[in-house]
Order: sequence, then structure tokens, then C-alpha cells
Amino acid sequence: MVLSRRAVMLAPGLGWLALLLVIPCGIIFVHSFFERGIYGGIDYVFTLENYRRAIDPLYLRIFLASVRIALTATAIALLLGYPAAYFIALQAKRRQMPLLILIMLPFWSNYLIRTYAWIVLLNREGLINRGLIDLGVIDTPLSLLYNDFAVITGLVYGYVPFMILALYSSISKLGPDLREASTDLGAGAWRTFLRITLPLTLPGIAAGCIFVFVLSIGNFVTPDLLGGKQRAMLGNLIYGQFLTARDWPFGAALAFILIAIMMLLLSAQAWLVNREREIAP
Amino acid sequence: MMKTLIGRALRGFSAAAIVAMPLTAIANLVSASAASAAEKIVISNWDGYMPKDLLANFTKETGIEAEMSVHATNEEIMGKVTANGGQGYDVLFVSSPFAEALHKLDLIAPIDAAKVPNLANLYAQAKELPYDPGNSFSVPYTWGTTGLCYRSDLVKTEPTSWMDLLQPSADLKGKITMLATDRWLMAAGLKALGYSVNDTNEADVAKAKELLISAKKNLLAYDDTTFYSKLVSGEASLVQAWDGWCNYGITDNKAIKFVVPKEGSDMWVDTMVVTAASEHKDAALAFINYILKADVHESVAELTLYKVPNEKAMAGLDKTLVDTYPNLGMAPADLVKQEQLRDLGKEMKLYSKTVTEITASN
Repeated sequence: MVLSRRAVMLAPGLGWLALLLVIPCGIIFVHSFFERGIYGGIDYVFTLENYRRAIDPLYLRIFLASVRIALTATAIALLLGYPAAYFIALQAKRRQMPLLILIMLPFWSNYLIRTYAWIVLLNREGLINRGLIDLGVIDTPLSLLYNDFAVITGLVYGYVPFMILALYSSISKLGPDLREASTDLGAGAWRTFLRITLPLTLPGIAAGCIFVFVLSIGNFVTPDLLGGKQRAMLGNLIYGQFLTARDWPFGAALAFILIAIMMLLLSAQAWLVNREREIAP
Repeated sequence: MMKTLIGRALRGFSAAAIVAMPLTAIANLVSASAASAAEKIVISNWDGYMPKDLLANFTKETGIEAEMSVHATNEEIMGKVTANGGQGYDVLFVSSPFAEALHKLDLIAPIDAAKVPNLANLYAQAKELPYDPGNSFSVPYTWGTTGLCYRSDLVKTEPTSWMDLLQPSADLKGKITMLATDRWLMAAGLKALGYSVNDTNEADVAKAKELLISAKKNLLAYDDTTFYSKLVSGEASLVQAWDGWCNYGITDNKAIKFVVPKEGSDMWVDTMVVTAASEHKDAALAFINYILKADVHESVAELTLYKVPNEKAMAGLDKTLVDTYPNLGMAPADLVKQEQLRDLGKEMKLYSKTVTEITASN
């Protein structure tokens, strides 16, 4: 009886997941073992060639470059996000919610539009360069756009809210007791942070970092618009296989490799969150 | 008063007529009107590539309803059509290599010239395009070339060669954009070295690749969609551009000019094709015939600022338009001297990999 009620309640959600996640991923997986049709599409001849091609040094180089950019963006997001999350968690309860809403406010407008806004800011004739020239700080405009700097800036800007939210939920669980005890026992603020707060919020740090990393490594809009297509990332490579190279099976193999990496990282994240719950009930 | 009299007379007449008519004739009448009511074609075109009121005017003139669907790229519509055999579409707007590919896949129907009398309006050159001589499966919609679009007030010497783009003078470094779409990116390198834009010899392609990789360090960005606004803002001084899109820049800044490099360039044609799956082929051909009407095709040129392959339409074009956008005046004879982009079939893989190598290089 209980079991059947549970089944009824779970059915819509599980059906949704099966229809829109498991089956499409399955289709991608199956297609990655076939040959490309000359004009796009699939020739149903079994091959492992697509996976063999994926470890070609050319594509490995793109993979490593994507990892490097995503890691850099993650590290910067952590450095920017931790103080912000810490600050919010220390506020009186009634002030925390408005601050969190402010953090989430950018999501009210489209990611693409927000990315275009960075072009207005960073380009050679843009607000930042014009401002610096008018103030006499620089004579010739800086190259702020269409490089790795712009890509990383765009990724950090886009995903730092996820970092802050993950860290906030971890930091706010701590409560003031442990910090007070540490101070009473003679530890300074810095030592308290390093020995108490930081280790206990490690699961939140890991969760936030995995969020930002996973979102960054699959992103293709930001490298396209802010990187001037000069830095090919994994997302761009996959996009290109489907939309210009007419090589769906190879695109499917690359997509599946990316999905596998993301699933591993997200499982690690789920495991960390569970462990955190066990530590701080 | 008059109205009611006439109304009454008409009603009487139609009642009499129906009574007098044999049953089969009535059946024919009913089915004919049902068919014309269902006569509706679906067109897929790039967004903004056709005057807004064109479909409404077409319906007004022919009684055929037309619905517009939009694709962002050739590959997108190609993907849709290969997936389901083109069902649900009647007329597609695609670039010529894609028309060629769709033809090889038997996904498009032959053009019955008898049903498209306005084909006569086309330039002689437009009837003998190498990928489809005699317009047997495609009808050209717009045509043009790719070249260098630049700010004549910002460059020290006016560019004349692909090498001005690929190995620029010091003042242009970091102020250049190139197209990233595989065929056109490769075309710049291949043409600079004197090769064909359809060259699939691996050694030639490798040489073009080296040249394009060395050119990358002087680029501001790769840009397929907003290069002309980068020229207008002054971020870029020299860009690789399609002629019509360079014209968009000229609209905002008269110092912008377009030149076809001396080594020659590609010639591209955007075409109209009828899907093999279309259930309204006559209506689809009527639509193509409507586009080819001199005044309609002229309105296309005025909107898109691309040349149209229609002699009568181009003859009617406002002279001040050609003065403002000189490349609209490029003679068809000069245009067809450029090299036609052809479908590369399975060799496309070589181009795709090469372009990935270029974009992944540092």
C-alpha cells in the first residue's frame, strides 16, 4: 500500500527524467558508435572510430585548454564568492534573504544578453577603455575582449552566484558557537577561520567548485562571443560537429565523454553533500 | 434597394444552377474549393532575408497561403530535412552547395520550367550556373562574393590582396576579423596561395592551414555575424565579409568600402528549391515564380542589399542605391569569374578537421 503510493508520487518525476534525460542520453550514446553520413545524419555501421578520434592530440589539446579555463574560472569564483557568502551568513536572519535575492537577481535576464553586455563594457571602444582614456590612465586602449581573459571574466560573472549559494548553505549551518568557543580558547580570527570554519565548510567549497567547473567546461556561448571564437572549448567543438562539420557521431562521442565527466563530478558532489549532512545534522 | 434586388436575383440564379447541374459537377466544385482552401505552402528561409509583406502580397495575388519558418544556418535546415525527408516543407532557401547535396540525396524535386515562366527574367549567367546548369533543381535567389570590407579612413593603404588580410601591415594588427564558417575561412587561405576554393588536396590544404594559423595572431576575432558593426565602431579596420553584409556597414559609415582581392574569391549563390516531399509542388513553383517577378525580386535586393540574379529586377533598381553601395553594380560577367563554391561530399571532413586545428591553435 505504502509502496504503491510512493510509486504513484514518484512516477511523474521518474517519467520526466526517463523521457527527457535518460532516453536522449541513451540516443547520444548509441549514435556515438555509428559512422557519419556524408551529408550529416548517421550511417548505421558500427565503429569505435569516434572514440579513437577523441583522443587524437588535437582534441586532447582542446580538452586540456577547456579544463584550464574552467579551473581558473572556478578558482576566481571561489576567491570572490567565499567572502560574499561568509558576509551574508553572518548577517541577521531577516537581512540574509534580501541579500540572497540580490545574488540571484541576474538570473532574471537572459544569459546571452548579459554576455553581450560584457562586449559593450570590454571592447576597444567600450566603456572601460573609454573611461580609462578619458581619465588619462592609459593612452591606447587595452585588449580586454576576444581573449582568455574575457572568457574567464564572462564565466566567473555568470556562475559566481552558484558558488555563493553553495558556500552560503554550508557556512550558515555552522552557527556562531564553534567560532565563539575557538575565540574563548584564545585563537585569533584568522586562526579560527583556518582551523574551524574552513575545514567545516569544505563540502560547500567542493559543491560550489564542481557547480562552476561543470557549467564552465560545457559552455560554448561565452568562448564564442567574448573569446571571438579564437579559443575553442569542448562545448564549441561539440557544437561545431553538429552544426557545421556534419559529423553527428563524432559530436555524440565527444558529448558522451563530457556527460561522463560531469556525472562523475556531480556524483562526487552529491556524496560530499550527503557526508556534510551526516557531520552537521 | 439595388442590393437586395441583386442579392435575390443571385440567390435565385445559384439555386437554379445547382438544380440544373449534374451531381458529379457539384462534387467536382466542392472538391476543387476544398483543395484551394487547403492550398498552403510552408517556406523555410533565413530570418529577415525576405521583405516582411512579401508573403501577404503573394497570397493576395495567387490565393495560395504561405507560412514562414526560419532557419539560422544551412546546416540547421539540412539537418531537419535529412531527418524526416523534408516533410512539412515546400520551399527551402539554401546556399548552392546544400542545394547540390539535397539534390544528390533526392530530397528536392525538379523545377518544371513551364510553371516558372519568370525564369526568363534571370541573367543568362544565372541560367548556366556550374552546379545546376539550366536550373533543373534550384533557382538562384541572391548571389555575390566574399572579399575585404574596410574603413578607408583608418587603413594606411587600401587593401587589394588576401595577403593584406593574412599578413597585415603593422597598423592593422589586432584590427582584423575573419569569417569562421569553414568554407570561407579556408577560402581566404586557399585563394591567397592560388589554390581553388574547392581544393581537397591534403598538401594544399595543409599549406593554407599554416598560413591561416599564422594569420590568427593578428586577428581581433573571428566573426560571422557582427563584423560590420565592429567596422562601424572602429574596433576593426579590415574584415573578411560577404558583399551584402559589408553594405550594412556602409549604411552607417560611408567611409566603409568593399573590394574583391586580386587573387579572386569565391562566388556564392543562395537558392530556392522545392522539397521532393512537398504535396503542393505547383503552389511551391508559383511562389518561386512570384519571387522572380521583376518588382518583387527588386524589393528583395533593396531589403537585403545583396545582388539578385534577376536582370529585370536589377535594371529597375534605384540608381542612388548603386551609387551608395557600389558592389551592387558588379556585373554578372565579373561575378561569375569568381570561383563557385561546390559541395565537397565526404571531403568536407578534411575541411572540418583543418578548421578545428586552426581554431584550437594558439
